[in-house]
Amino acid sequence: MDFLRPTSWEEALAAKAEHPTAVPIAGGTDVMVEINFDHRRPEYLLDLNRIGDLGEWEVGEENVRLGASVPYTKIMENLRAELPGLALASHTVASPQIRNRGGVGGNLGTASPAGDAHPALLAAGAEVEVESVRGSRRIPIDAFYTGVKRNALAADELIRAVHVKKADGPQQFSKVGTRNAMVIAVCAFGLALHPGTRTVRTGIGSAAPTPVRAKAAEEFLNAALEEGGFWDNGQIITPSVAKQFADLCSAACNPIDDVRGTASYRRHAVGVMARRTLTWTWESYRGARRTIEGAA
Amino acid sequence: MASPSGTPTKITQGSQTKGGIGESTLRPDGTLKVTGEFAYSSDMWHEDMLWGQILRSTVAHAEIVSIDTGEALAMPGVYAVLTYDDLPTAVKNYGLEIQDTPVLAHGKVRHHGEPVALVAADHPETARRAAAKIKVDYRELPVITDEASATAPDAILIHENRDDHHAGHVPHPNIVHRQPIIRGDVAAARERADVIVTGEYTFGMQDQAFLGPESGLAVPEEDGGVHLYIATQWLHSDLRQMAPVLGLPEDKVRMTLSGVGGAFGGREDLSMQIHACLLALRTGKPVKIVYNRFESFFGHVHRHPAKLYYEHGATKDGKLTHMKCRIVLDGGAYASASPAVVGNASSLSVGPYVVEDVDIEAIALYTNNPPCGAMRGFGAVQACFAYEAQMDKLAAKLGMDPVEFRRLNAMEQGTLLPTGQPVDSPAPVAELLRRVKAMPMPPERQWESSEGADVRQLPGGLSNTTHGEGVVRGVGYAVGIKNVGFSEGFDDYSTAKVRMEVVAGEPVATVHTAMAEVGQGGVTVHAQIARTELGVTQVTIHPADTQVGSAGSTSASRQTYVTGGAVKNSCELVREKVLEIGRRKFGSYHPAWATAELLLEGGKVVTDGGEVLSDLVDVLEDETVEVEAEWRHRPTEPFDLRTGQGNGHVQYSFAAHRAVVEVDTELGLVKVIELACAQDVGKALNPLSVLGQIQGGTTQGLGVAVMEEIVVDPKTAKVKNPSFTDYLIPTILDTPTIPVDVLELADDHAPYGLRGIGEAPTLSSTPAVLAAIRNATGLELNRTPVRPEHLTGTQLSEG
Amino acid sequence: MRVNFTVNGRQQEADDVWEGESLLYVLRERLGLPGSKNACEQGECGSCTVRLDGVPVCSCLVAAGQVEGREVVTVEGLADFAKQRAEGGGCASGACGTTLQNAQQWQAGGTDSQTGEGTELSAIQQAFIDAGAVQCGFCTPGLLVAADEMLERNPTPTDADIREALSGNLCRCTGYEKIMDAVRLAAARQSEAV
Repeated sequence: MDFLRPTSWEEALAAKAEHPTAVPIAGGTDVMVEINFDHRRPEYLLDLNRIGDLGEWEVGEENVRLGASVPYTKIMENLRAELPGLALASHTVASPQIRNRGGVGGNLGTASPAGDAHPALLAAGAEVEVESVRGSRRIPIDAFYTGVKRNALAADELIRAVHVKKADGPQQFSKVGTRNAMVIAVCAFGLALHPGTRTVRTGIGSAAPTPVRAKAAEEFLNAALEEGGFWDNGQIITPSVAKQFADLCSAACNPIDDVRGTASYRRHAVGVMARRTLTWTWESYRGARRTIEGAA
Repeated sequence: MASPSGTPTKITQGSQTKGGIGESTLRPDGTLKVTGEFAYSSDMWHEDMLWGQILRSTVAHAEIVSIDTGEALAMPGVYAVLTYDDLPTAVKNYGLEIQDTPVLAHGKVRHHGEPVALVAADHPETARRAAAKIKVDYRELPVITDEASATAPDAILIHENRDDHHAGHVPHPNIVHRQPIIRGDVAAARERADVIVTGEYTFGMQDQAFLGPESGLAVPEEDGGVHLYIATQWLHSDLRQMAPVLGLPEDKVRMTLSGVGGAFGGREDLSMQIHACLLALRTGKPVKIVYNRFESFFGHVHRHPAKLYYEHGATKDGKLTHMKCRIVLDGGAYASASPAVVGNASSLSVGPYVVEDVDIEAIALYTNNPPCGAMRGFGAVQACFAYEAQMDKLAAKLGMDPVEFRRLNAMEQGTLLPTGQPVDSPAPVAELLRRVKAMPMPPERQWESSEGADVRQLPGGLSNTTHGEGVVRGVGYAVGIKNVGFSEGFDDYSTAKVRMEVVAGEPVATVHTAMAEVGQGGVTVHAQIARTELGVTQVTIHPADTQVGSAGSTSASRQTYVTGGAVKNSCELVREKVLEIGRRKFGSYHPAWATAELLLEGGKVVTDGGEVLSDLVDVLEDETVEVEAEWRHRPTEPFDLRTGQGNGHVQYSFAAHRAVVEVDTELGLVKVIELACAQDVGKALNPLSVLGQIQGGTTQGLGVAVMEEIVVDPKTAKVKNPSFTDYLIPTILDTPTIPVDVLELADDHAPYGLRGIGEAPTLSSTPAVLAAIRNATGLELNRTPVRPEHLTGTQLSEG
Repeated sequence: MRVNFTVNGRQQEADDVWEGESLLYVLRERLGLPGSKNACEQGECGSCTVRLDGVPVCSCLVAAGQVEGREVVTVEGLADFAKQRAEGGGCASGACGTTLQNAQQWQAGGTDSQTGEGTELSAIQQAFIDAGAVQCGFCTPGLLVAADEMLERNPTPTDADIREALSGNLCRCTGYEKIMDAVRLAAARQSEAV
């Protein structure tokens, strides 16, 4: 095994080009477990800790450019207003120690369906900035996950940053685990209201081979909200609409039975989380509307 | 060879810390443990040491066709590769009671993760790579995973040609041991019952999950022997099993207890002890073996999973009429402590209740599942889960309050166990229930705050699954009985060597035992006993090793009782000798030396009337008084193999719990809000340590109620979750406040009236949580741990 | 490979490090600092918690090569670290901490645990002893590092804050009640001292 320690992004890209089998390591929370338990013996480890740029973020007009290695703790502390869904998801990642080291780049690189960041990214809308010596490109989050623990990266590419849409409405994230802390998702759900476009986006984790959006549920809800004038009148979403949305979210799952949970539980739980997060976000939206109207 | 770094040294406590029995004296090893200096077995280090690695079977049941070690041996940095064929003597098996466990597999593997070969190399990674190069050719056999497959007429025998002492009385060779208990006339008693309830209960496989992994360092000695630094529960039991396999007399196998990172029963059997010694003897170099967490799940036995079938009857005024039960424990591939677990499960299957007519059967199976043996609560845990569920069912059927129903049937001093043995010390079962019920209830909806719901205090915790939706509170009660000490006629003794001398002008006592300090605080209590009995302040605790007689196991809640008793006894003998010296020196100056009851207090010899006769320093001068003596509790008897009758136990421990839970009924997630406990401890030798034992034991019971289970694939008998990612134990966010009400009713048969305390709280905690979840959800819940699937009706797969 | 970094204020160098080794292994097996514990090696127990450039991390999940040039504080250096903090300094001077030689040759001191006679302890270490938060002690080093850092950030934590901050540290012996007591005690003593 060789340990590559690039000190700049360019050096890292060159190293990855030269050694496409090199395994990038940043927070180490996935890679080191595999090494400690003898599940993996990469020829090269490519340390990204020395590239300061990866740990930085920039808040722009429409997007937050989030460096791949920004630790979850920093997201929770600094980006709660801009990326509320991702901040909530970050808070559910493993333990404080892991949140101090791990970042979104690791979740994307591993592309496990159980990664906590995925549902929040899917719901918020995001693009993954990847780069190789051949050049840089942005992969829409919806096209990023290609299979179980597979993503759209080419062998010579590294994840540099994620461009996440700044929240223009309430967002929520909820995850089921069989412990009250430090637990891998049995399944997870992210929801974002986008009042600007009058749309709703979702993300489901750990209930299909890849993280997925519940598109039929989104379309149903978008139509129902539009039809009922909900965005304008700010009324409580009728229970039948919430139930149908939840059912469609359950239907979007393609889960398996495993040691963490049964497929039918996952389907059920995603429905419950969909209904609850819709209620929470919608109540928050209504609250914000009332405040604005009250002020006007 | 030079001593390795991390060799335990004596610890002297008392220049500032005082405290005899009954005081919350602090741990003598506390400073070392908070500074990182306390050396655990995995911290041992020796110049030039090698690393040992074990190759384990990847299948559960197979014939071994061939093993090829050539490529592994040829690797640079590899010093030895050993298989069964390299074992030095004709003794190739070990075991606590039945020597059925191969040191290395031969011909056949019987469970997933069984040791097949050993490697020693200069770096752990070299050792791992070499182990991976050993080629083992398996021919797989069908797996036996439950009672039906184990006892089928054509079942493959897990162990052929059994000749152990249980082989003759079991109904099938795949049954390790069977213990029936018959008392009274169940058929007649059943006629008197106004209500009858039955239940089938399942208890999942729990892991001890001690944090310090199995580990040790074996150092070859110049005389051809070996010195093993090891984390274990019982040095002498290890020694007895190891020496014959190593082909060494016991005095050439020296054992020193290294720091132990928790045990809970999981270190009662051997793990890497023989393996490390074999490699050290073969290579002539010190060899260290440290399991990682994955290997640890295969490296020790677990708590027996069980199926329990119960029938109880009661009259309409709430008196129990009879009990029938059948308890099937899965012992896995090797016997370990299964026979004794069967004895406990059967003899304590009624619980702390008066039931005169019983028909009981408990068995342990041989299967291809992971071997199971000792874990805190030892057979009594599984039974308590079932009989307490039955008590709630009966109370509900009778329309009675579940606590009142239990109190009405509670055992008392003098009650006969189903074995016919009278309980001959206080049994305050009704009082414990009264106390735990009387404790104030935790406030409702503690998660509500001015800033909305605090998810940390709700089911789901940080995962943000509910802000109060679907959350229902439930309350449940349970009580249990656990035997203390080794039962069924076992010669349960301990040895203590106590020395008294003057050091730097002060009298100092040294206590030397082989007791395994695994965290429970035995060393603290030994110092307290020495202070109380010998009137000294400074006490030196000698490291535990095999240079002193056996202390017995740190298990069965027995060490404070038995080794504590041995220390007390040896102190008393030392005191007599000291007084003898005093009489010799000063007897002629004061008549009280001959006539009065004399005590040692505050560094002086005093009369029971308080008159000071002499300073200890003046009595001892430069003399050293030392006594090594064995001490044993009252003998017990085996249970009759047909009727189960016999005075099999020596003492009992009782605890009661009240659990308050909040359940997210839609998602099936549980938050335990409070787990209140009332326990009779006889006499609290160290109240702070008593609370620590009760709260720790309670939390292990909580774990197996809602999350902890080793999942074994029934098709392959392979373990599916051997890691802390998927075998979950409670975090601090899963653990509630645990208020404790301690009762002290002396057992006159025991030293200071004390009662073993470590296990009882693990019994009643689990059924109390289950009862609370039933109370919240209205579901029957006949298995533990409860998973979200069981609370949401989603346990079946979709396919 | 060779790795140079600072441990408890002292410059350290480890040679012949295998590239797959963790920081935990290097501390324990190469630098004679076994205080950080190896309970799970998968980031699920917190027993190996150290501070890496001030931040609590699981040292089992840090590749040894990643700590080149960085600063690590382990439980062995916690008392000095806390003392320096109280005095308003850091460990940058290199004047505090355990030397490699001392670390490799340590012997159990045989001191009096109640007073810590001969051993100066940080507030959190003393509180763990006094509150009975130590049983087997295997989780203790990681908990101390995590709890000390929490009290640095949040000197007056609520119970829920304590539970959240320590939710990455498993303990199998105590049921956590005495650990809660210890952290409350340390917080109270610190606020009295200010």
